[in-house]
Amino acid sequence: MDIVKELLGGSRLALSRTITAIENEHENASSIMRELYHHTGHAFVLGITGPPGAGKSTMTDKLARAYRNMGKTVGIIAVDPTSPFSGGAILGDRIRMNGLTLDEGVFIRSMGTRGSLGGLSHKTADAVKALDAFGKDIIFVETVGVGQSEVDIVKAADTTIVVLIPGMGDDIQAIKAGILEIGDVFAINKADHDGADKLQAELNMMLDLDGLKFDWRPPIQKVVANQGEGIDDLVKLIEKHYAYISKTGKLAQRRHDRTKTELLELLNSSIGTYVTKHIVDTGRINKCLQDIEAHRNDPYTIVHQLMDELLK
Amino acid sequence: MMEKRIRVLVAKPGLDGHDRGAKVVARALRDAGFEVIYTGLRQTPEQIAEAALQEDVNVIAMSILSGAHMHLFPRVVELVREKGMKDVLVVGGGVIPESDIPALKKAGIAEVFTPGTKTSDIVEFIKAHVK
Ligand code: B12
Ligand SMILES: Nc1nc2c(ncn2[C@@H]2O[C@H](COP(=O)(O)OP(=O)(O)OP(=O)(O)O)[C@@H](O)[C@H]2O)c(=O)[nH]1
Ligand SMILES: [Mg+2]
Repeated sequence: MDIVKELLGGSRLALSRTITAIENEHENASSIMRELYHHTGHAFVLGITGPPGAGKSTMTDKLARAYRNMGKTVGIIAVDPTSPFSGGAILGDRIRMNGLTLDEGVFIRSMGTRGSLGGLSHKTADAVKALDAFGKDIIFVETVGVGQSEVDIVKAADTTIVVLIPGMGDDIQAIKAGILEIGDVFAINKADHDGADKLQAELNMMLDLDGLKFDWRPPIQKVVANQGEGIDDLVKLIEKHYAYISKTGKLAQRRHDRTKTELLELLNSSIGTYVTKHIVDTGRINKCLQDIEAHRNDPYTIVHQLMDELLK
Repeated sequence: MMEKRIRVLVAKPGLDGHDRGAKVVARALRDAGFEVIYTGLRQTPEQIAEAALQEDVNVIAMSILSGAHMHLFPRVVELVREKGMKDVLVVGGGVIPESDIPALKKAGIAEVFTPGTKTSDIVEFIKAHVK
């Protein structure tokens, strides 16, 4: 039977197999996405990022329960790093979410970064679309916040929560650059540890200096995720941000920008594949290389000629 | 460009708290290039089967040292097949008497690995039998 029909009909196995096809860049992935696309756009996508061990998974678990209690269905994509040495990974986020496994209104999927440069962001975005088409009301994307690719993934989100913890010392200075800009809401987790107030004060100062955000000054919430403290207040802030971006048209703008980025990425990668097929696989590139090395021609002219020919 | 990767769920069913073996196996599989989804202690067969479905794993690897394997291992196989995952390879390990192994294999556990097993043997077995 048709996997798309099954997914839309509510088969969790079909949803799961679809995400595998996306991850493995299976040859039928793009035809699946083509059909699913028209069923997307309904879910609210929440990004959760922050340093390793900050409590992102524990918080996701608690937030997911809160949304379940509000009657919403939940999808979760949890991303962990792939080892650059073996290509393998231990994906451990589920350990904190075991209590959600048997709730039929929740679907959790772990993904490894698989060392792809930027590639993960489109795979994650497509996995989010699969969950969206499946009918999930809210989709969480958990990533480790230590680099550019994570920032990219979070661009797939409507609202992003940055989780910080006390005791990071001067690290907050280092984190500042990438992470301050992407946070719509900040959660100071492990507020049961010393230093939460100090971190909050420092963060407040930085956010006040950072005049970039205009009319939305990212709020800060103290949380003790493993005990569920502060979760209800965090949900209120998330809802407030959602209301704000909906009302001001910023949500539509974010989604517009996202569609544009995705379209360009897709186009670029298709052109790349096309070029490989016509220039590399046919061996034509060898003739070009010979010409360049013998100084009969130069790379700039050749690219110009090939572009004219290929894009005619 | 197809990028396939073997995905393995490493799980500890039942109330057994011995997790060293499971962790050793999880790390060995990661180092062999597999994606390991580790779900930690005290999983029911229902949780293991559902996690296997959501993660679309190729292999379920369960560890038991408490003696409850005769009930828990076959139950997971049963549930996984009910969910329509026909191809998933199920293996087990831990403190398991030789005399129990034939019955476990009959119940659909592809192989059972007892104390002293070299992790490279586990990796080889999975590579040879995964679908
Ligand atoms: C260390 C240990 C403990 C530690 C556990 C620490 C931990 N976090 O894991 C502690 C001290 C906590 C402990 C406690 C208990 N233990 Co104890 N423990 C052991 C001991 C000595 C070694 C186990 C071990 O870690 N081995 C090292 C690892 C790497 O080896 P492994 O687990 O066997 O794994 C290998 C293979 O089996 C295989 N494998 C294992 N799992 C898997 C899974 C897959 C998928 C695959 C492919 C392969 C595989 O590959 C691994 C690599 O070779 C064993 C005796 C023994 N020789 O096995 C008793 C033993 C397991 N314990 C036993 C008992 C009874 C207990 C207690 C009930 C004691 C008590 N009365 O309090 C408690 C219960 C704890 C609990 N909550 O469940 C009994 C179990 C008896 C039984 N099965 O009928 C044993 C067998 C001792 C004995 N001879 O009586 N224990
Ligand atoms: N004291 C304290 N511990 C917490 C709190 N929240 C989570 N933890 C613990 O912190 C550890 C890490 O939690 P996770 O939720 O796995 O953190 P994470 O950010 O998802 O970790 P990675 O995905 O590995 O980056 C676990 O042992 C949690 O139980 C908290 O508020 N206070
Ligand atoms: Mg995590």
